[in-house]
Amino acid sequence: MVDLTRVKPYGDTLNDGMVQLSFTLPLPYGEEAKEAARQLVMKMGIEEPSVVYSKDLAGFTYFIVYGRAVHTVDYTKIKVPKVEVDTMTKEEVEEYIRENIKRNIVVVGACTGTDAHTVGIDAIMNMKGYAGHFGLERYEGIEAHNLGSQVPNEELVAKALEVDADAILVSQVVTEKNAHIPNLTELVELLEAEGIRDKLVLVCGGPRISHELAKELGYDAGFGPGTFAEDVASFIVTEMVSRKLV
Amino acid sequence: MTKLNLDPKLIQSSRNSAKKIAEDVQKFIDLHTTTSTERAIVRLLGVDGVDDMDRPLPNVLIDNIKEGKGLERGISYWLGNAMVQTGLSPQQIAERVSRKELDLLRLPAAREEKIRETIYALAEEAVEKIVRNREKREELISILGEGTEPYLYVIVATGNIYEDVKQAKSAAHQGADIIAVIRTTGQSLLDYVPYGPTTEGFGGTYATQENFRIMRQALDEAGQEVGRYIRLCNYCSGLCMPEIAAMGAMERLDMMLNDALYGILFRDINMQRTLVDQFFSRVINGFAGIIINTGEDNYLTTADAVEEAHTVLASQFINEQLALKAGLEEEQIGLGHAFEMDPDIENGFLLELAQAQMAREIFPNSPLKYMPPTKYMTGNIFKGYLQNAMFNLASIMTRQGIQLLGMLTEAIHTPHIHDRYLAIENAKYIFNNARNLGDEITFKEGGLIQTRAQEVLKRAERLLKEIEKEGLFSTIEKGKFGGVKRAKNGGKGLDGVVKKDSGYFNPFIDLMLGGEGHGGSHKG
Repeated sequence: MVDLTRVKPYGDTLNDGMVQLSFTLPLPYGEEAKEAARQLVMKMGIEEPSVVYSKDLAGFTYFIVYGRAVHTVDYTKIKVPKVEVDTMTKEEVEEYIRENIKRNIVVVGACTGTDAHTVGIDAIMNMKGYAGHFGLERYEGIEAHNLGSQVPNEELVAKALEVDADAILVSQVVTEKNAHIPNLTELVELLEAEGIRDKLVLVCGGPRISHELAKELGYDAGFGPGTFAEDVASFIVTEMVSRKLV
Repeated sequence: MTKLNLDPKLIQSSRNSAKKIAEDVQKFIDLHTTTSTERAIVRLLGVDGVDDMDRPLPNVLIDNIKEGKGLERGISYWLGNAMVQTGLSPQQIAERVSRKELDLLRLPAAREEKIRETIYALAEEAVEKIVRNREKREELISILGEGTEPYLYVIVATGNIYEDVKQAKSAAHQGADIIAVIRTTGQSLLDYVPYGPTTEGFGGTYATQENFRIMRQALDEAGQEVGRYIRLCNYCSGLCMPEIAAMGAMERLDMMLNDALYGILFRDINMQRTLVDQFFSRVINGFAGIIINTGEDNYLTTADAVEEAHTVLASQFINEQLALKAGLEEEQIGLGHAFEMDPDIENGFLLELAQAQMAREIFPNSPLKYMPPTKYMTGNIFKGYLQNAMFNLASIMTRQGIQLLGMLTEAIHTPHIHDRYLAIENAKYIFNNARNLGDEITFKEGGLIQTRAQEVLKRAERLLKEIEKEGLFSTIEKGKFGGVKRAKNGGKGLDGVVKKDSGYFNPFIDLMLGGEGHGGSHKG
């Protein structure tokens, strides 16, 4: 039986703690470098480290290491804030808009700041969507504006004002040195300065975005990987109704 | 060599349409110049550095004539005149203009003949330097040798040129043939080129002439160590296209991403601006012996690789014709495409093979630039590594020219040093292990692969005919490429475009294209 108060990695036997790591050290290739890798891994709380592979990268050395994690976590104490919404299908969202909002809703989306990767915002917004899940552009009752990549926050806010947006979607995919945090914060500040923060639904998404982080930064919701258009659409329309933004 | 049974008449008809499209665009280009084109001219004439407010001197000079409404005449005229009247060098003139001690438009006018003579003498020296760089490259390749195609192309992107150097050298030792230094995010939208060595950037490193020089030197050293010429690639795109080309020619870069359509569609750069810019940048690249890479692969990051495959082919045809007009040889035209189909598609690999083989057969002399999967990379690095292996297999089977290696951590972060090593190992293994697989294989007549390629060609030919009727500008306005619509008068940089007046001249077009007429060969 798994002891849920003391969970550790599973390799091929319960509680063997097996983990795999790979990393590079800025050291010349050799036995000393291997030993350095082994000692480093032990400091990470991993016992019996075994350097199964190392490679000379000209002044650097690459390692693949296996070992047993000594640490455990108490699964019974874990609480992860999630976006609380019952996801509807595209047709249900359309029906919900007809019955509860009774007008077209306007959604503006962008990949902001320095980020040039539109895969996320495209997956949610573009007609075609992603993996068979149509994007917001195809939804009846949703007027979707995808502004693309590297959109300055000011431009996004200006567009939201221009089209009288009900919701703003911000995507942050590949960002260096945590640039997405100040960038996301700045957007909230701009919306507050314009006095429209409370008048719209503000959502962010991306591989490094969690709902908890989003809430902390002043967003209504944050969506991580594996999110489809209907998840976001369901959240927007129910949030609009519950906040009486219809 | 034909495995796909493509209809030569369709290929010829596509090429004819593309030629007419390019001629139509060229008519527009020939009537116009841009701020960045003029800045590139002064860079080639030896103006460099910044003033005490960090404004690059080429900008200072061009702003001076633009403000006085003299841009239409071109900087060659004004600078030539200033040289005749003051006896100073272009650099000295630029410095005086920056201190407001000189206004190019307020000098008395010298005889036009004298002006041209003065500028041409200087321009010929600049051209001579570029010729020497070209010869130096050829000499190094003949001494050191070079990698076998497909060349292994990897990127470095630390933001710090000195850190880039370490990673680039390490990659060369692992087997990389081409090092591309990714530019910092947003540089394409700067209307000037930063100056000096730089150590901070987001997702990449500033393209500056000093950074080019530092990396060139490092790769020459690495080339000596590994016994193979290592090519250096940068990004000749954005608002400073021709200036980057000028810097690249002076610092012996070997390869440049150089595609106006990319800037129009994905950076919202004004199409008039960037098509005019592209022409001069390609003239420089062509003359400097630089291989250009076009950006068709990018369409597939927004459009579907299966449904929109014909737009990639159509764009390749157009890009080829535009490049020939700028004096590039076929061997310098690295047409782009990508392995971007959804990996869940049944027989998707066959469709990828069809696309890659089709490009190979239609553009037999182009060092095709093949881009790795990015759109369907998931964060599952193990599957990602396998997707990259499939990409490598397609490449070696269809003899691609330049292989931008896929990183298993694509969509997670910029490559770690061992991501690059793993990518090189993957490609080397497959290229070596399946080196002549393509030579042993023919595709079944009327089978999936042949049928698919024939279908894509048919659709591309139809699209090119439409574009020929409609014109390239209007086609882009309608969103035919990458599903992105751009207005002819929209986007960034339009205010830098002017119509040339009757006294305009650019000595480098003459000297590099070999007199009148476009598309002439410059190689002896």
